[in-house]
Amino acid sequence: MRSITVDTIIENVKEMCIEANYRLSSDMETGIRSACDRENSTVGRHVLEQLVENLDIAEKEMIPICQDTGMTVVFVTIGQEVHIEGGSLEEAINEGIRRGYREGYLRKSVVSDPLIRENTRDNTPGIIHYNIVPGDRFEITIAPKGFGSENMSRIYMLKPADDEEGVKQAVLETVKSAGPNACPPMVVGVGIGGSFEKCALLAKYALTRDINIRSDKPHIRRLEEELLAAINSLGIGPAGLGGVITALAVNIETYPTHIAGLPVAVNIGCHVNRHVTRSI
Amino acid sequence: MDKVITTPLVKEIAEKLTAGEQVYITGTIYSARDAAHKRMYEAIARGEDPPFPIKNSIIYYMGPSPARPEQVIGSAGPTTAGRMDKYTPVLLDMGLMGMIGKGTRSIEVIEAMKRNGAVYFAAPPGAGALLSKCIKKARVIAYDDLGTEAVHELYVEGFPAVVAIDAKGNNLYAQIG
Ligand code: SF4
Repeated sequence: MRSITVDTIIENVKEMCIEANYRLSSDMETGIRSACDRENSTVGRHVLEQLVENLDIAEKEMIPICQDTGMTVVFVTIGQEVHIEGGSLEEAINEGIRRGYREGYLRKSVVSDPLIRENTRDNTPGIIHYNIVPGDRFEITIAPKGFGSENMSRIYMLKPADDEEGVKQAVLETVKSAGPNACPPMVVGVGIGGSFEKCALLAKYALTRDINIRSDKPHIRRLEEELLAAINSLGIGPAGLGGVITALAVNIETYPTHIAGLPVAVNIGCHVNRHVTRSI
Repeated sequence: MDKVITTPLVKEIAEKLTAGEQVYITGTIYSARDAAHKRMYEAIARGEDPPFPIKNSIIYYMGPSPARPEQVIGSAGPTTAGRMDKYTPVLLDMGLMGMIGKGTRSIEVIEAMKRNGAVYFAAPPGAGALLSKCIKKARVIAYDDLGTEAVHELYVEGFPAVVAIDAKGNNLYAQIG
């Protein structure tokens, strides 16, 4: 049995919320920098140069990369042999978010009721997903999600007969309709299989994967590569103002599904695709 | 050569801009997004004055992150303009001359732009840190209780934007998509 105090969790979550909003992971940063050389439209290249400059200013002058510092999505992997000491894990995570968004000068973008729409003024609650595993691991990922891109995400309940072609069409249709609203260059998270809610979760989780790491399943890896090429030939380009860099990566996660179904979720991530992971 | 646009923006200047042109905006502009638009729209419907002069103004669809004590404003990039479409034709008919945001606009908005000679600019999306450096002064002038969604009066210098939809209705996004 391993004990972790709620104070440790609060402190880590706070720091991770701040870190995520001021600095992208190195794969995202390198991806945007190297895209400048590959973009052949003048407007597109100018936008990418502005995005690179934006990242530099954000880090140097402590200004959030984007003003939409997101709703805080949290993935927790917790070993069965871990004991949380001193209070509730859920409250600790929300307290970490509260402190991170306050002390980090991050925007509070959460309303308490989706119809009454009153701002909670501390960006809580986060959206927390728990994954319980054997052993005594404890890992947290903080992935603040902007809604310009979230609003353009889609779920499709395809038929088995729709096959791989149907999946491709679903992804391309979603990316096309997302266009400039999703702040391209995007990262496209795709969940295939499972059930209605499982594929959405897979798509979200896919956005936290390093953009240079492809699926270890050969047929999915091929699908990721083919889709990326197809998306980048749509012409949407950086900021949706035209060009060949519409997406930096397509990350696909899969799960077994029912004999009668082929669920596909497409979660669009923007170029400010934020995620920080720590093992505690 | 860099084209500089100053505010107030008059129709004679706005009309001459063409989709795809890169411009730099200098002068006073006003931030307003979803909640502020809803309130302005309702105020106008009741016959009340909007919180700032609409005629020849530019609205920036933006809700900043909080400023640190030494900063003018926090991160301050554009939000999706389409969410404001419902409220926009009324403002255009009152003489609103420019809008800054990201993403395309509805047919109703484009028709109102053509009718009034107004223009829609796209600012680099997700570049709020970079754009905040062009904002030299900022103060909340209305709807303080809305927090980030309050109406801000902003003084900008060399604010970079691309003409996305011009007064003739040419739409850079439509040419692409
Ligand atoms: S979609 Fe992303 S980059 Fe665009 S405004 Fe939202 S958080 Fe920022």
